[in-house]
Amino acid sequence: MGQEILVWAEVKDGTLRRASLEAVGAACQVASRTGDSVAAALIGNVDPQVLTRLGQAGVRRVYRVQGPEFAHFEACRYAEALQAVTQHSAPSLILMAATALGRDLSARLAAKLRAPLATDSIAVEMDATGVTVTRPVYAGKLRATVRLTAPPAPVVTLRPNVFSVPQPQDGRTAEVVEVSCEPSPVAHKVTVQETTYSTGEMPDVSEAEIVVSGGRGMKGPENFAILEELAKLLGGAVGASRSAVDAGWVDHQHQVGQTGKTISPNLYIACGISGATQHLAGMSSSKCIVAINKDPEANIFKVADYGVVGDLFEVVPIMTAEIKKLK
Amino acid sequence: MNIVVVVKQVPDTEAAVRPDASAPWRINESGIKFIVNPYDEFAVEEAIRIKEAKGGHILVVTVGPPRADEALRTCVAMGADDAMRIDDTQHRELDALSCAQLLSKAIAQTPFDLILCGKQAIDDDLGAVGTFIAEFLGLPHVAVVTKLEVADGKAICRKEIDGGTQKVEVQFPAVITAQKGLNEPRYPALRGLMLAKKKEIKVLTPAMLGVAEEELKPLSRVQNLEAPPARGKGKILQGEPESTAVELVRLLREEAKVI
Ligand SMILES: Cc1cc2nc3c(=O)[nH]c(=O)nc-3n(C[C@H](O)[C@H](O)[C@H](O)COP(=O)(O)OP(=O)(O)OC[C@H]3O[C@@H](n4cnc5c(N)ncnc54)[C@H](O)[C@@H]3O)c2cc1C
Repeated sequence: MGQEILVWAEVKDGTLRRASLEAVGAACQVASRTGDSVAAALIGNVDPQVLTRLGQAGVRRVYRVQGPEFAHFEACRYAEALQAVTQHSAPSLILMAATALGRDLSARLAAKLRAPLATDSIAVEMDATGVTVTRPVYAGKLRATVRLTAPPAPVVTLRPNVFSVPQPQDGRTAEVVEVSCEPSPVAHKVTVQETTYSTGEMPDVSEAEIVVSGGRGMKGPENFAILEELAKLLGGAVGASRSAVDAGWVDHQHQVGQTGKTISPNLYIACGISGATQHLAGMSSSKCIVAINKDPEANIFKVADYGVVGDLFEVVPIMTAEIKKLK
Repeated sequence: MNIVVVVKQVPDTEAAVRPDASAPWRINESGIKFIVNPYDEFAVEEAIRIKEAKGGHILVVTVGPPRADEALRTCVAMGADDAMRIDDTQHRELDALSCAQLLSKAIAQTPFDLILCGKQAIDDDLGAVGTFIAEFLGLPHVAVVTKLEVADGKAICRKEIDGGTQKVEVQFPAVITAQKGLNEPRYPALRGLMLAKKKEIKVLTPAMLGVAEEELKPLSRVQNLEAPPARGKGKILQGEPESTAVELVRLLREEAKVI
């Protein structure tokens, strides 16, 4: 074969997102079987450190689209930039992380290229006539094996925290190819006026490796401090069930589930959460699930790797104290 | 304002879905209750609020089998004016690109300022049809919107991104996809329910839209559906909080090695 697998390298606040490195990892794995090489597309003005990191991760060539028009993410113009890149690269497969921006961009790009799209995939394989992915559907109740025909190159987004980040190897560098692109009149009909990141010290639930979540069992907003303390200690984030969000205790940004965020952290600790199917939809692909609930019959225990039947107001503070001792 | 809302009928969020034994690429529909895709309800509600403030007309459109008429009637009962279904009885393997192509053709036949849809359908969880339509009709789009203010010929949107938000201005005509938080969808009033019962639903076929069979050949095909692997039986600790909490920390550290 010898084509390129193209990865969109997403940059947030000047640094490469971990989920994009995971996508590079997945691309390298596919490429090692097919004989393709791995390339990345970088849009916007980026710290040179990002180029170094991509090279070390196994990317051979970076297509760079720069310009003030690309300062803010906007799906249509970023898709136009990527389309311009595909004219240089002729990729066999286009990968990106299933982050909020990756999902948005992948759809616009697939429509532009009239290419098959699969979002939020957890496995990807490629052969001469197409790509096969596995992706959760029906809110994770089922898994679909989906066949995407090629050409044109299928566009696939990958669920964060499922694929591993390649070990950086010193000495490898990526060749840089500058690609130019003028946003079309359609792209000019959207203006991003402002991008704001919440300024907490905590990572966002969608990015954290450890998430400590609370539900209706938390009884009130003030009690989320207990979870925040544990989350901070573990370097994680605070999540919530919809009941806690609807009660106004926690902002919707923290909601995990079907109408919240889908996450796959290494550790998910559910406190006072019953485990409704819509909640499980968002967290059941977590690597390790812990449940703390006073009802031994709670549904959450069915998916938990570890559980404590007990009052979270007693159990969580003891856990926190114990972890402090060990640190 | 003329607003088109694109909706999909999907299995209820509580439904226990399982693959159809004779056709493992789709689910067994027997005993399944169908609802309007929850994200689409936010889109319908937003359209009604815009109409209430500025006047106008709301058309709801779907691609689906005859049972999907029920979803359209729910939208009419909420306050949509007209309903249209692109018939999918013959094409059970349409992919999202083909669906969006049919929807774009149908929408192009009517005047509109704004197209609203849900950010994703909760059956295939793809999250792309609204954006596909925007591209096919040559329109701008803003996805995953939690706040929408309509001004003269444009809208100011708040869009969710990981760890933050963007404030985005978009010129009409445009496509906007709705996220939870945009509004609280209303329950249909009795009058609406009566109206919806009698509402004539316009049914179109791909041929009527000038789309040939070959053009609908799916580029992505579900080959198989299966239940995710069951999780191993967990260790559930019972007893005094002191001992269970300490034991849990030990297990997470030494056995699971996650802290
Ligand atoms: C269309 C739709 C979409 C939805 N989307 C989502 C979603 O995205 N995310 C989501 O979470 N839900 C979602 N839901 C709601 C879902 O169905 C449940 O209502 C919700 O998840 C319940 O939240 P909960 O577990 O916090 O509350 P409950 O079900 O009320 O459970 C509270 C739990 O806390 C336990 N508890 C109480 N006190 C204590 C204590 N002191 N110590 C220990 N345990 C205690 C109780 O035993 C109980 O198990 C959705 C529903 C619908 C219809």
